Amino acid sequence: MRRAPALAGLLASILPCAAHANDEILKLSKDDGQWVTPSKNYASTRYSSLAQITTRNVGKLKEAWSFATGALRGHEGQPLVVGTTMYVHSAYPNYIYALDLTREGAPILWQYTPKQDDRAVPVACCDLVHRGINYADGKILFSTLDGQVIALEAATGKELWKVRNADPAKGETMTMAGLVVKDKYIVGVSGGEFGIRGFVAAYDIHDGRQVWKAYSMGPDEDVKLAADFNRANPHYGQAGQGTQTWPGEQWKMGGGSTWGWYSYDPELNLLYHSTGNPGTWNPTPRKGDDKWSMTIFARDPDTGMARWGYQMTPWDAWDYDGINEHVLVDLTVKGKPVKALVHFDRNGFAYTLDRTNGTLLVAEPFVYVNWAKGIDLKTGRPIEDPAKRTKEGEDTKDICPCAMGGKDQQPSSFSPKTKLFYLGTNNMCMNYEGVDVKYTAGAPYVGANVLMMPGRGGHLGEFIAWDATTGKKAWGIKEPYPVWSGALTTAGDLAFYGTMDGWFKAVDARNGKLLWKRKLASGIIGNPITYLGPDKKQYVAVYSGVGGWFGLPVAAHLPGHDPYGALGAVGIAYKSGLDKATSVGGTLHVFAVESDRTAVSSR
Amino acid sequence: MHARPLRAALAVACALVAGPAPGDPAPPLRVCADPDNLPFSNQRGEGFENRIAEVVAKDLGVPLSYFWWPHQRGLVRRTLGEDRCDVLVGIPRDFGPVLATKAYYRTTYVIVSRPELGIRSLDDPALKRLRIGVHLDTPPWAALGERGLMANVRGYPLMFDWRDSDGTRRPAKVLEDLRDGAMDVAIVWGPMAGWFAKKNALRLAIVPVPDGGRTPMSFEISMGVRKSDAALKARLEGAIDRQGAEIEKVLADYGVPVVAAKGAPP
Repeated sequence: MRRAPALAGLLASILPCAAHANDEILKLSKDDGQWVTPSKNYASTRYSSLAQITTRNVGKLKEAWSFATGALRGHEGQPLVVGTTMYVHSAYPNYIYALDLTREGAPILWQYTPKQDDRAVPVACCDLVHRGINYADGKILFSTLDGQVIALEAATGKELWKVRNADPAKGETMTMAGLVVKDKYIVGVSGGEFGIRGFVAAYDIHDGRQVWKAYSMGPDEDVKLAADFNRANPHYGQAGQGTQTWPGEQWKMGGGSTWGWYSYDPELNLLYHSTGNPGTWNPTPRKGDDKWSMTIFARDPDTGMARWGYQMTPWDAWDYDGINEHVLVDLTVKGKPVKALVHFDRNGFAYTLDRTNGTLLVAEPFVYVNWAKGIDLKTGRPIEDPAKRTKEGEDTKDICPCAMGGKDQQPSSFSPKTKLFYLGTNNMCMNYEGVDVKYTAGAPYVGANVLMMPGRGGHLGEFIAWDATTGKKAWGIKEPYPVWSGALTTAGDLAFYGTMDGWFKAVDARNGKLLWKRKLASGIIGNPITYLGPDKKQYVAVYSGVGGWFGLPVAAHLPGHDPYGALGAVGIAYKSGLDKATSVGGTLHVFAVESDRTAVSSR
Repeated sequence: MHARPLRAALAVACALVAGPAPGDPAPPLRVCADPDNLPFSNQRGEGFENRIAEVVAKDLGVPLSYFWWPHQRGLVRRTLGEDRCDVLVGIPRDFGPVLATKAYYRTTYVIVSRPELGIRSLDDPALKRLRIGVHLDTPPWAALGERGLMANVRGYPLMFDWRDSDGTRRPAKVLEDLRDGAMDVAIVWGPMAGWFAKKNALRLAIVPVPDGGRTPMSFEISMGVRKSDAALKARLEGAIDRQGAEIEKVLADYGVPVVAAKGAPP
């Protein structure tokens, strides 16, 4: 039953110089029977041409099998399907499993538990999540919460190499999936709260050697600005600003962590990633643009050199971490065909840029936004409402969206059939309150209290379809909780997503009509995938396991008496009733349409 | 180190003298303490919070036991919250997650420098040209930001992990840099400065950062118990009332700069 991919992987490992790993990934990701890279393909569309499951038969979708990961914290990310093997990961302690899809019930081929430093646990910001693993060249590549990058032999689970990328003693952790481009595994770092300086780094997939490392701020040689950086848009900022836009040496603890999703355009040979909020949390001591925090970067994956960088939220005062996904699609904007990059930011704006040079084409709010009146397309800068800029020692009320963003990391999907984007969003606002006395290591210090509340309409989330050429919402489905799962679209005109209270839903991608739903074991913050089994039947898979920033109070059983706990999540999570709607979990669910024949195969 | 067993023995002895009848041993005073964070506490019992815990346990006539946990993120949840221990010896009175006793001392962020510099306030024009070391996110960090003085400021981490061998990440690093001449001024939490100067017999000017700005500089320090533990709070307050002089002596031994309550004459 083994198919070509396994052979291709074998060949690549014999002839490491003959072909880059991404030639293999490009080839494999065109096969919609498999799901070989975290976001389905380098363009991160999370769209599959599979069409056995359609708007007509999705009502007969049934759970075919399920699998408990053994972990009970928030399960973000998605499994991979390579050939006839499914690779499953879990929240901390980051178990990895290979499941044999050729055998009934998908038994375990191998299991791997990384050895981790438990110092990483208290410094992880927003639940002990993990956003997925990568396949390349016969290897499974992933990172651990405690900052290791590990390569396993895909066939056996044997550890091939491991290196340290992040140091939890410095507040650095890792939760991202990263991305394999050519012969490099490119990863970043989490921990913007702890005075770290964010970076992305590339590791040789053959031996784990670090090939390059590019910081989010600091001197140009650290940030790796190419000679022609921002040539098309010099007003976005140029050489020297990685230090000049900070007072003194504050860039040294400038934050800008890189824990989101990465994309790659093989024709342009550009890697796209973005950076998070600047450190430290209080904006006053870092007055200035704080470049290159909150920035979408396009880098040469061979060298790490940045070709362009566009900062979305200068001098952040709201924690609008800029790390969400970048979807690379060819669109027609204002009558012109454009190689576009579409990014739905935490700050509430959906950006459509020309991905060849970063030129901003469309920037419109995809949720209710009041911290800025809009984005000036000429300068690229937000038109701020000064009354909504937070300051230590002052109460700033009703800022929308809240720090969790118009959407958080939950990745969107693009359907070439409808030419629409599909994404889960948050509808929450916040009060950034006064002086809050905190305490650590013997000393009091002062932080902000963030109190989150429902946005306009009272619902906390909405699953929307979005036209990135015009910056307009096509339709939306209001949800009682923030929609923290990713989206999946298929040629069967379906869009799949999950809800925080555990409903897995299929809707008509054309009009948002609900066609099917099933309540799963726990809340869903994972990203659905689809694939063909060895039986040539289409399956849809998703993790359940409530958690993430919003779900952390339930995932970690946090006490309900402090509404400001978990960076403001405790109050709104319990008020919304999430603890009564679902419970902790960590399960992979696999669905198929029940045919007239029995579902038991003859293999 | 033999100091701790000796003290433990002493505590047990006291318990035998002052505690309830034999056969009904008094439950110990269960203190949550950082295992390695002098001058506050360490596992050898060398910190002033260790000493204060001993004074209180002795007054209450109960043995003293410790649950060691670094005073970092998740502190209350992992200690009081999980019922591993009952008392945090020194927390700011306004610290939300706990029930605080009456304050038993008040201290402040301080400006530490060589006496000849004579820095007495954050508005001293000399600060514009001096190298200033400050812990990240502390009130002086914010106050320097408000004054546009960040160009000469180096930030030092306040959060650290006691298992980290990298000494440059410990809170005392800023004071070591001042001692070694890498910084001209350190603006730090008073107990750290007082103890550092005393331990190293350094001649340093230690001046309270004046209150009155947007962020407070001085804080009242209380003991913290679970929100539901009003009975223990009352017992601790009784001990604080009875042992005020003893506690003052301990603070003085460690060079803790005690300041008058807000509004009170200095």
